[in-house]
Amino acid sequence: MQSEVDPWTLAGRSLRSRLIVGTGKYKDAAETKAALAASGAEIVTVALRRVDLKVRDNLLSWIDRDRYTLLPNTAGCYSADEAVRTLRLARELGIADIVKLEVIGDPKTLFPDNEETLKAAKILLDEGFTVLPYCTDDPVVCRKLEAMGCAAVMPLAAPIGSGLGIRNRHNIRLIIEAAKIPVIVDAGVGTASDATVAMELGCDAVLMNTAIAQADDPVLMAEAMRLGIIAGRMAYRAGRMPIRAYANASSPTAGLIE
Amino acid sequence: MYLPPVPTIVLNGEPTPIPEGESVAGLLAHLGLDPRQVAVERNREIVPRAEYPEATLAEGDHLEIVTFVGGG
Repeated sequence: MQSEVDPWTLAGRSLRSRLIVGTGKYKDAAETKAALAASGAEIVTVALRRVDLKVRDNLLSWIDRDRYTLLPNTAGCYSADEAVRTLRLARELGIADIVKLEVIGDPKTLFPDNEETLKAAKILLDEGFTVLPYCTDDPVVCRKLEAMGCAAVMPLAAPIGSGLGIRNRHNIRLIIEAAKIPVIVDAGVGTASDATVAMELGCDAVLMNTAIAQADDPVLMAEAMRLGIIAGRMAYRAGRMPIRAYANASSPTAGLIE
Repeated sequence: MYLPPVPTIVLNGEPTPIPEGESVAGLLAHLGLDPRQVAVERNREIVPRAEYPEATLAEGDHLEIVTFVGGG
């Protein structure tokens, strides 16, 4: 159906898929590949780590670089300096300048350290990176990141890997209303309906990893997420009916037999 | 690996003996790594790929060789 296709633009790239997926936590490369294909994603995140000399199937040797834009992240970084250092190395790996910035502030919740995130964003933007920052669902932080020149803001729905779904729909809505750049809900989605809700709220896209990778059947869940995103986006465009406190009959009230 | 007395570098956190005058390119080849699939940092400074053949390693150098792995 033509109405399923609703392209959006991220940092000058026109994209058909509104689902961005991670590549972590899968059983093996084959499962990752199958899930990525089922998700329909055009952008996939990757992490930067020391080479493991015992592992021979390097991700770069099997991932289809023509099909997917790799989005390097800074997972595991707890300071602006570490995050910047990581992304400079990622850029050296020959990936485009588009990066996912995440500076973690707490190991238990993996909540972002907004202060360090803002600091790192400034340095990276000055160095010509296209920065997609992961942040709390705080409209003020999002406004600051946009004002600095970030290409999108990526507020969390809930803690990374928690599957709790969108904890504060109202804040996500406020962020969307204020932003002139894409809003991508990143982290916390648990199942397809969570992705749908994010899209119904008016998000431009959703980024997820664990919800797909740790489903019993990751490939089937990737497909469910693809469809959930499409359904949510279509519902957003269609404009939902108002919520009423009481019933409103669907059948005519006139012409009832007596 | 090579036996002392030879220079020792710290490779991804591990003390590692290398041959005298070894370059980054030589080390990557020795480790069986494809230079297009890694990035290299020496003493916290990135070594651009084009400089791998000339970048000679010295005693005590801290080398980080990184690549992409699955992540979210």
